[in-house]
Amino acid sequence: MKLRFSRKQLCIPYAVFLICFVIIPMLIIVYYAFTTPVYDSLGNVTGLHFSFRNFLDLFQKNTDGEYVRLANIGRSILIALATTTVCLLIAYPVAYILAKTGIKKNYILLLLFIMPMWINFVLRINALKELLNLIGILKKNNFWNYFNTVLGMTYDFLPFMIMPIYTTLIKIDNSYLEAARDLGASPQRAFLQVTLPLSYPGIVSGITMVFLPSMTNYVVSTMLTDGKVSIVGSLIEQNFLNGQWNTGSMLALILLIVMFVSTWLTGGFKKDDAAVARGGTL
Amino acid sequence: MANTNDTIIELIDVSRQFDENTIAVDHVNLSVRKGEFVTLLGPSGCGKTTTLRMIAGFDLPTGGKILLNGEDISLLPPNKRPINTVFQRYALFPHLNVYENVAFGLKLKRMPQEGKKPAKLSKAEIDKKVKKALEMVDLEGFEKRSVTTLSGGQQQRIAIARAIVNEPEILLLDEPLGALDLKMRKEMQIELKEMHKKLGITFIYVTHDQEEALTMSDTIVVMSDGVIQQVGTPIEIYNEPKNVFVADFIGESNIYSASMVGKYKVKFCGKEFDCVDDFEQGELVDVVIRPEDIKMVPYGEGQFHGRVTSVVFKGVHYEITIMRKKNEIIIQSTWAPEVGELIGMRVNPDDIHIMKKAILSNKYDGYINKKNNVCFGDGEFECDVTQLYPGSFVDEEGYLITKDGKQIDLTDVEVNVEVGLHDIAMSDDPDEGGAKGHIISIIYKGDHYVYIVRTEENEEDFVFDCEDLWNENDLVSLLIPKDKIKLTLVKTEDEE
Repeated sequence: MKLRFSRKQLCIPYAVFLICFVIIPMLIIVYYAFTTPVYDSLGNVTGLHFSFRNFLDLFQKNTDGEYVRLANIGRSILIALATTTVCLLIAYPVAYILAKTGIKKNYILLLLFIMPMWINFVLRINALKELLNLIGILKKNNFWNYFNTVLGMTYDFLPFMIMPIYTTLIKIDNSYLEAARDLGASPQRAFLQVTLPLSYPGIVSGITMVFLPSMTNYVVSTMLTDGKVSIVGSLIEQNFLNGQWNTGSMLALILLIVMFVSTWLTGGFKKDDAAVARGGTL
Repeated sequence: MANTNDTIIELIDVSRQFDENTIAVDHVNLSVRKGEFVTLLGPSGCGKTTTLRMIAGFDLPTGGKILLNGEDISLLPPNKRPINTVFQRYALFPHLNVYENVAFGLKLKRMPQEGKKPAKLSKAEIDKKVKKALEMVDLEGFEKRSVTTLSGGQQQRIAIARAIVNEPEILLLDEPLGALDLKMRKEMQIELKEMHKKLGITFIYVTHDQEEALTMSDTIVVMSDGVIQQVGTPIEIYNEPKNVFVADFIGESNIYSASMVGKYKVKFCGKEFDCVDDFEQGELVDVVIRPEDIKMVPYGEGQFHGRVTSVVFKGVHYEITIMRKKNEIIIQSTWAPEVGELIGMRVNPDDIHIMKKAILSNKYDGYINKKNNVCFGDGEFECDVTQLYPGSFVDEEGYLITKDGKQIDLTDVEVNVEVGLHDIAMSDDPDEGGAKGHIISIIYKGDHYVYIVRTEENEEDFVFDCEDLWNENDLVSLLIPKDKIKLTLVKTEDEE
């Protein structure tokens, strides 16, 4: 007997995968986020009931009268913004030089920028830690703690910013630039009015690839500041370790929404050529 | 010749060399009059696009200079030249809409004002000019459309509008119709010609399509291998081609090897003909006759005759192939004889175009290697080294013994190599012959083809005759019989 598969049948493994590892976990998170446990007299959990308490908990003040959780989310966003900005400022010129110089072996140079990505992440951050210790700015004070967190994340995520920008830049047909020059644009103007707008998809792609992970990657801040700088990722981890699954799930859900909004703001959902050109953002 | 006051752009001895072995444009001299429609015509890689890019300023000449209205602009950046380009693939900015594309140049433009700093154009002025330019290309109302949604023909028109809106002194067009289908192309040819008349500016047009060039141009510049082969009006180029290359490239033609047998007498296809060109008696020449210039007459009444082997209807005319012994003769006529019929033919003396043979033999600089083979033209060939010293022979160890008994080591001795046009053969096994290269040119000469094979490394050319038809761009290796390689010593200081 011949085995025959229709195209639809070939989709089944993927559908099963998506249901098991994406849809069901998502539903579980949502379920936990909007429920609180019911305890019996002995302190054992006997059931869950629907409530908004986890959400309202976010606005809880601690004993010093500070909105700890809200501040944590805000801090995460600020660190992620700072990291993304620094990455962009470093990555664009690098990608531009790599893409535009006539060096024939420029992929070797590109490799040098990309290679750190292949070295174990914990090892890299440890090395950075030792280096910062040597300079004497490790865990020195609050400012240096924040500085080191952004530095560590930039170090970590820079390749993710360089790659998409480089890819869009090398794809820009030189004739666009020539056309701009031909129509009277100086080299600077041609860059601002043609190269920059045409590389926008790469920039957006890079921003998404850096901004989202740097909101949650608590390993960097934990290792470089001993948890002095706490971001939303570490908060979630703590909640789950302490058995507060419901609060942790709510935080995870909030994070999901923040990411969704940021992706939407940068146009990641638009189904235009640009989004296709960068291979989509999601 | 053009009046110097009339000349708008002049190329003086302009060269463009990319690296040691690639010379894209080789000492080109050209002068273009104001308002002229000039076409640079040639096969791909002939240097026409590089020439255009140097006029636009995208490429800088490595030698010579370019004068615009008498001023040297060779090194001026493209944004400082009053010249605009219509690009081959249009190069419309995909992130801008039609209006923004056309207005791109206007927004950058600074108009000189009396006593004041040059000022930007106002929004209203730009609007007006954009509207006018879009009207010119029949695309009014397209302002808000995205350029990526336009068809090829529409993009083409926008590209033209974007260039002419800046009112350049010269408009450069780099194969602008190459991406359009045949019907569209024909329409655009006529429209471009009309636009040229209306605007009154100079057009410099690049194409490899000879028909396009003949249709549109005031002047055609035929290029090949970075060199201008001929400059002239379409009629001159068609009727009086300067060499076989131009004749073959422009239109269909019958080309034959011939020899001058007397004053105003030329012999080809085994027959003598009267002609109007004066060449020395006995000189080997090439003869070109256009297919429409040969008249068919009843058998016995013609100057020569042949048998009809094929008749193809081409719409306006028939294309008739006639064999006369080994020679093939192509005729275009509005009536057709029967296939197999014997028919006579007549040619007017002034329709026989005679030109000097460009090349009579292949000449190279070479040297002898350790194996007593000769190296030239990017290859190594077996040869008879004894011809260098009359009466000599080669001993067992490979030394040459002259007739006086002197022993000579020939290794690395430089020689001049000469190979005749009939002495080279091709093989499709790239390693069989001594050198290999690609066929870059095939010209049919009635009973045989003239091939040019160019090696990759140093772009050495081998020119030779062959009766079989191969394909252009085929990779072939070249076989030369040992006794057909003529060697002579290069006189150096060591020689007595």
